Amino acid sequence: MIKRLLKIAGSLAAVMSISSCVHLKEYQKNRINDAEMTLSNRRVEKNELNFQSYREAASGANAGKTGGGCGCN
Amino acid sequence: MRKVFLSIAGFSLLCRLNVSAQTKQDSLPKGSGISLFRPVGQPEPSEYKPRALHIDEINLVSSYYWQNGDHSPVTGGIGTEKVTDISNGIDMKLVWGDPKTKQNSLTIGLGIDHHTSASAAYVNLSGASNTGGTRIYPSLDWTTENAKKGSSFGIGAYYSGEYNYQSLGADIHFSQKTADRNGEFTAKLQGYFDQVTLIYPTDKADTTTTSSGTTVITTASGTRTILSNGEEEGDGKKHLGSSPRKTYTASFGYSQIINSRMQVAFLIDGVAQNGYLGLPFHRVYFNTGKDTTEKLPSTRFKLPIGFRLNYFLGDNIILRSYYRYYIDSWGIRSNTAGLEIPVKITPFFSVSPFYRYYDQTASKYFAPYEAHSPNDQYYTSNYAYAKFQANFYGVGFRFAPPKGVMGWQSLHDLEIRYGHYTQTTDLVSSVVSLSLGFK
Repeated sequence: MIKRLLKIAGSLAAVMSISSCVHLKEYQKNRINDAEMTLSNRRVEKNELNFQSYREAASGANAGKTGGGCGCN
Repeated sequence: MRKVFLSIAGFSLLCRLNVSAQTKQDSLPKGSGISLFRPVGQPEPSEYKPRALHIDEINLVSSYYWQNGDHSPVTGGIGTEKVTDISNGIDMKLVWGDPKTKQNSLTIGLGIDHHTSASAAYVNLSGASNTGGTRIYPSLDWTTENAKKGSSFGIGAYYSGEYNYQSLGADIHFSQKTADRNGEFTAKLQGYFDQVTLIYPTDKADTTTTSSGTTVITTASGTRTILSNGEEEGDGKKHLGSSPRKTYTASFGYSQIINSRMQVAFLIDGVAQNGYLGLPFHRVYFNTGKDTTEKLPSTRFKLPIGFRLNYFLGDNIILRSYYRYYIDSWGIRSNTAGLEIPVKITPFFSVSPFYRYYDQTASKYFAPYEAHSPNDQYYTSNYAYAKFQANFYGVGFRFAPPKGVMGWQSLHDLEIRYGHYTQTTDLVSSVVSLSLGFK
């Protein structure tokens, strides 16, 4: 398990090292700034995330509930 | 795994080789008067004046959810799991200050859910308990953004109340963009301080004890104390006890624009819980035929790690992908993978089919109906801790015309979404949601 976590951490570190990959100017961000491109949940998904946190043991890392705040896990 | 690792490392190297070509200085000197950002005649940023407090946006989200299954924890892992739930939430964002320098926002939220749960009737063995419940949850968040520094800081507060659960929460959050504004680091510390109301199954709770002439009568709906002189202690009402549950979360995220069509985000949460982590009306039937209520450890640590990648394919199609690996101290390991493909039928109308796969291993404390031994230290027959796979799929529609939805200028976007969920435990559910955004 530790070996697997190290591999995941290594992969994440490698991907994070691409931070200097591009240097987009604001006028080049028309696609990136599209409402469908946001790196977050849609507002309309809010209650879906709630019921998933009740019916499944895993939660978190999705800007949703991580436990607490309701009678869920 | 090795291939994935090498691919990512290779891609990272390629990106770095391109850096020098992509970060050349503009050939135009500063202040040359020609800018693609700012049309001629538009005022300099410094000429913007702070705006007075005003409503920036109001959002409404409503959902109807229904489910069916045959493994309710209330009846020990057997019995109906029929649930319906209507959720309504509203949040209003107030903004003041100068968006070009420092801007403040205050978001006020209020949510109300009403549910019916068929299994809740069996808190009383006769099936006579109340099956409905309402949850109310207001929230408040203040955030200040510094556009020049590319940073933000905020604090939030939260309350949730329902008949068997009270919660108070608070958070502090921070974000910082990279110097080139193409990456952003976020951090959030959050705490929930909850109270679980101790509603036991009627057959487990109904006891009468007498000590020094004082009689304590405990029932599923509360406790009464009769003093030796025959009078009742307190206001004569039944009182339910409660037990605390605390949850502390540290969340960190980093998002990065890879190129003009792709951006990624990494998310990691560390979650520590302590206190009463079960629910008192969840039954467990042992392999001896006897039954009791579930017993779980008083601590739990969770570690979910998530990754998002969004890609703009061509001019009309977007790929929104998500993966999460989850591990916790109760022995559960889980994978979640999702893909949503918004297709822009017009620039202001999109259709988004989606699919989400989920799997988890069982908790070491889970066993089905009549499978636990009375010698087990901890036990639960709640199928949320069982081994299963789940599929969730559906479609969403988004309307955001520039002149407002159906010509109503204030209604700047409308989203409708339907999803159907199936678990290999035979639980099935559906949810339909509507979101309205006003500006």
